Amino acid sequence: MREDDHVYLSLAQEQDDSRWAFGTGFQDPLHGVDTTVPDGVDPAGLAALCLGLGDDALIASQRLAEWCTRAPELEEEVALANIGLDLLGQARMLLTRVGQVDGTGRTEDDLAYQRETEEFRNVRLVELPNGDFAFSMARLLVFSAHRLAVFERLAAGHPDPVLRAVAAKGVKELTYHRQYAAEWVVRLGDGTDESHRRMQEGLDTIAPYVDELLRATPSGQDVRDEVGAVLAQVAEAATLTVPEFERMDGEGRAGVHTPCLAPLLFEMQSVARALPGARW
Amino acid sequence: MSAREIAERVADPELPMLTLADLGVLRDVAEAADGSVTVALTPTYSGCPAMAEMRADVVRSLHAAGYADVRVTTVLSPPWTSDWITGEGRRKLAEYGVAPPGEAPRGPVPLTLGGVRRAVPCPRCGSRDTEETSRFSSTACKALWRCRACSEPFEQVKEI
Repeated sequence: MREDDHVYLSLAQEQDDSRWAFGTGFQDPLHGVDTTVPDGVDPAGLAALCLGLGDDALIASQRLAEWCTRAPELEEEVALANIGLDLLGQARMLLTRVGQVDGTGRTEDDLAYQRETEEFRNVRLVELPNGDFAFSMARLLVFSAHRLAVFERLAAGHPDPVLRAVAAKGVKELTYHRQYAAEWVVRLGDGTDESHRRMQEGLDTIAPYVDELLRATPSGQDVRDEVGAVLAQVAEAATLTVPEFERMDGEGRAGVHTPCLAPLLFEMQSVARALPGARW
Repeated sequence: MSAREIAERVADPELPMLTLADLGVLRDVAEAADGSVTVALTPTYSGCPAMAEMRADVVRSLHAAGYADVRVTTVLSPPWTSDWITGEGRRKLAEYGVAPPGEAPRGPVPLTLGGVRRAVPCPRCGSRDTEETSRFSSTACKALWRCRACSEPFEQVKEI
C-alpha cells in the first residue's frame, strides 16, 4: 500500500454505510436557499421557463447516461457520464424551483417520476435515441451551444435570483460540454472518409429538430446568430456542411413529442412507479 | 474548538486530502447567541453528488463536538470557482498526486479549436512533458492527464 492511500481508506473505514447510499430521500438541492419570488416576476412564467430548461437537462442526461458501457473508449464514457451528471444537477435545481413557484409544492422527484409523457416540456432533440456516436456528438454540440447562449443571458439579467444563480453555475459547465462536443465533431469530420461521412450524417439527422430548439429560447432572447456562428466555426474546421434547419411541426415545449420519449420515461420512472413512496 | 474551526476541518468526501475550507466551499459559519450554528456551503458543480455527504459530515462533526442545533444552508451565488482552493489546498493536492488548477478563466470563454493547451506539470516527477487524455475524470471537477516522462497517469483539478 502506498503511504498516501490512507486518506481514501479512511473513507471506507471510519464511516457507516450511509455515505455510499445513493437512492431517494436527498435534501433538495436548493436546501436553505431563499426561495422568495421577487416582486414583478410572474410565477407561472418563471415555472414554465424552469420546467422547459429542467426537462431538457433531465432527458439529455438520461440519453448521455445510456453511453455508459457502450462508448468507444472508457475516457469517453467517463466524460459523457460527467456531462450527464452536470445536466442532472441543473435539472434537479430547476425542477425544484418549478415546485416552489408554481403553487403545487411538487418536489423534484414528483416532477421527474410522476408526470406523463405529454406533461414533459423538453425539446424533441434531446429525446431522440442514441445511435451512432457521431449523432450524439452533433446533438451535444448544438444543444450545449444553445443552452450556453441562453444561460449566459439568464445569468446576466433574469430577475429571479435562483434561476440567475443556476444559470451562472451552468455557464461554466456548459462551456466544457460545448468544447468537448466541438472537438469530437472536428476529429470525426476532419478524420477518415468513413468518420467524415458519419459525422455529416449525424448533423443531417439532427437538422429537423434544430429549429424547434432555437425557438425554445426564453422570450426576449435572440441566440440564433450566436449558435449559428459556433456551428459555422466548428463545421469549417471539421470540413462539414451545416444543413438547413427547416421548420417542422410539433413542439416539445407544448407537450408534443416523438414516440421515443415514452420508452425513455418508462425506464426512468419504473422503480418509482412500481413502488410508490419507496425509499432506498 | 469553535464551530468554525470544526467545520473547517471536515474532509471533502471525494478529495479527502482537502478540508472543506481548503476546497473553498465553506462560505460561512455563524454561531448564534442561543448556541445554534448555521453553516453555508456552496456546490462545486451543479450535479456534485458529494454535496449531500458534505452537509451530513458537517452536521455529524458539529454534533460530535457538542453543538446540538446545526443548520446547513446552500449558497448558489456567486458560483464556486477553482480559484477559491487555498494555497494550503493546492499544496496538499500536489502532495497526493493531483495537479492543482491554474487560474480560472473570467467571463465568457470563446470556443477555440486546435489551440495549444497550458502544460500541466506532472505532480509526481515535475516534468512538463504531459498530455491531457480526457477533460473529464473520476469526478466532474477533475481532468485526466498522462506524463510522458514518468509514464504515470494523474488527475488535475480543472479550472472553472
